[in-house]
Amino acid sequence: MSSQALTLSGTDGLRRLSIASPDQPFQLDSGRRLDQVEIAYETWGKLSPTRDNVVIVCHALTLDQFAASPNPVTGRPAWWPTVVGPGRPVDTDRFYVICSNILGGCMGTTGPASKRPDGSFWGTDFPVITVADMVRAQIALLDGLEIKDVFLAVGGSIGGMQVLEWTIQAPDRVFAAIPIAVAARQSAQNIGFYEVGRQAIMADPNWKNGAYIAAGTRPDRGLAVARMAAHITYLSESALKRKFDRRLQDRTSKTFGFDADFQIESYLRHQGQIFVDRFDANSYLYITRAMDYFDIAADHAGQLANAFRGIKTRFCVFSFSSDWHYTPEEARDLVRALNAAGCETSYVSIDTDKGHDAFFVEEPEFEAAMTGFIDAAAEARGLAKRGSL
Amino acid sequence: MKSGPGTHQIRRADHVAISQFINPGELVLDVGCGDGQLMELLQVERQARARGLEVESAGVNRCVAKGLAVVQGDADHDLPVYPDNAYDAAVLSKTVQELARPKFVLGELARIARKVIVSFRNYGHWRVRAALLTTGRVPSLSSSSSDWWSDGARRPCSARDMADLAREVGLHITAIAAVGGGTGDHSSLTRLNWTAEELVFVMERGAAAGE
Repeated sequence: MSSQALTLSGTDGLRRLSIASPDQPFQLDSGRRLDQVEIAYETWGKLSPTRDNVVIVCHALTLDQFAASPNPVTGRPAWWPTVVGPGRPVDTDRFYVICSNILGGCMGTTGPASKRPDGSFWGTDFPVITVADMVRAQIALLDGLEIKDVFLAVGGSIGGMQVLEWTIQAPDRVFAAIPIAVAARQSAQNIGFYEVGRQAIMADPNWKNGAYIAAGTRPDRGLAVARMAAHITYLSESALKRKFDRRLQDRTSKTFGFDADFQIESYLRHQGQIFVDRFDANSYLYITRAMDYFDIAADHAGQLANAFRGIKTRFCVFSFSSDWHYTPEEARDLVRALNAAGCETSYVSIDTDKGHDAFFVEEPEFEAAMTGFIDAAAEARGLAKRGSL
Repeated sequence: MKSGPGTHQIRRADHVAISQFINPGELVLDVGCGDGQLMELLQVERQARARGLEVESAGVNRCVAKGLAVVQGDADHDLPVYPDNAYDAAVLSKTVQELARPKFVLGELARIARKVIVSFRNYGHWRVRAALLTTGRVPSLSSSSSDWWSDGARRPCSARDMADLAREVGLHITAIAAVGGGTGDHSSLTRLNWTAEELVFVMERGAAAGE
């Protein structure tokens, strides 16, 4: 089966690969199956003749496959230019980097905004998916691209969950893994925050029980509120104080109304507004649900270490001191389990006030440690040295 | 924690003394690995596979940036999750006297590794004894400072004290080396407790024959 024959290129300019058919349906954790699954993906760099230089970048909740180049659909710039690119820690001069839009996403991969085989939109009839399903789809994508070995899997937040899932599902295929700002299970606090977001979407009259595309409406208000609530958890109290504190927005005194008096209100409203233009509300429901269901230990007889026993992958776990979405303590629990399982593990806690989103921002220590880990892994794997190509 | 910037060119004498007890291919856990100098020495010159644990994040970041496998964590709390017999050797280089719970940590390392190697400042040295006797002040073992509060071990102990602790946690001494000097066995303990400022103990589980 030639991968080229399966490659679809839509009028939107996105690269896609079909990984399922009625003859070979895609099996989900929920027990349901999908007869039609397309995975949209993007690549950078050159695949080596021995196909040993593949890096998988796993994206976070609201992002897409455009980690290192601008998104042609939204026009937004690359979301991880500090990490992926020529001379960056994930050096596209040396590595063949693949990033795919996650299953359930809305940037070309099959999700609730896609059409069913009968031509109607899935909406909330789309099956509930898990992080394991997302990774299973990525493995199918690689199989379709006739790539077996992954030198490195890297990602933050739900991207970090996918990285962990990769090492569990395909331990013999992943040489090195960098889970960033993530936990081995979704906390009650996070489930709670995402439930607020889902309820906001579903309370929007334009949501229409999930069938808003057919109805020609958009639950923008609900989705914007969901984004605003979640966005607070990606920042830290000290960063909020530093950036906004109680400063007023373009005014000298309070208005005694409900306009955005404070800068923080204006900022969050802006974040909500720019989000709805590029994201599908139902996708938000499905992906946050997949995060809620994430609990590695529960899938391994309650013992987190059991999940990683015998895995030869080398790990480098990163956490950020002010991240309260996925805390350093949760990262430490993961590291303890990796150590208990005998995995080769590094763990770096970065001191920063930038909160959960610190991995998108320029953090020299973060980048230096990541570069060191990747270069050492590349040397152990026998890959070309930095700058030697 | 143990070495400042700019010192990484110089090989620490206790590191050299420790490295002679590590064999090629051995898996070594360096507890309190600082910025990874000993790990590098063990990997490059002894062909060992080194892993590190370090409490200070600045040291951890430097280690990982150098490609070393190091975990940010606290020896006093994080060792229980390591599996039994996971390592060929566990090393505490000038760390044991800084720990909050040295007995607990040594006991954990005895469980985790086949051999446990510690380097420490010997407060049984004759100059320490003489100074305490004649001046009534605890002398510093450092050349850079004579203030008891600014330098020296948090838990000063002698070679004999360390030997007692080893026995307490079920370890016996298989080799002793004076840092910068020669090596010996348990029988040289009394002499070295007088003459060595800094010592390396190599210990294994179980009681030594004749003890």
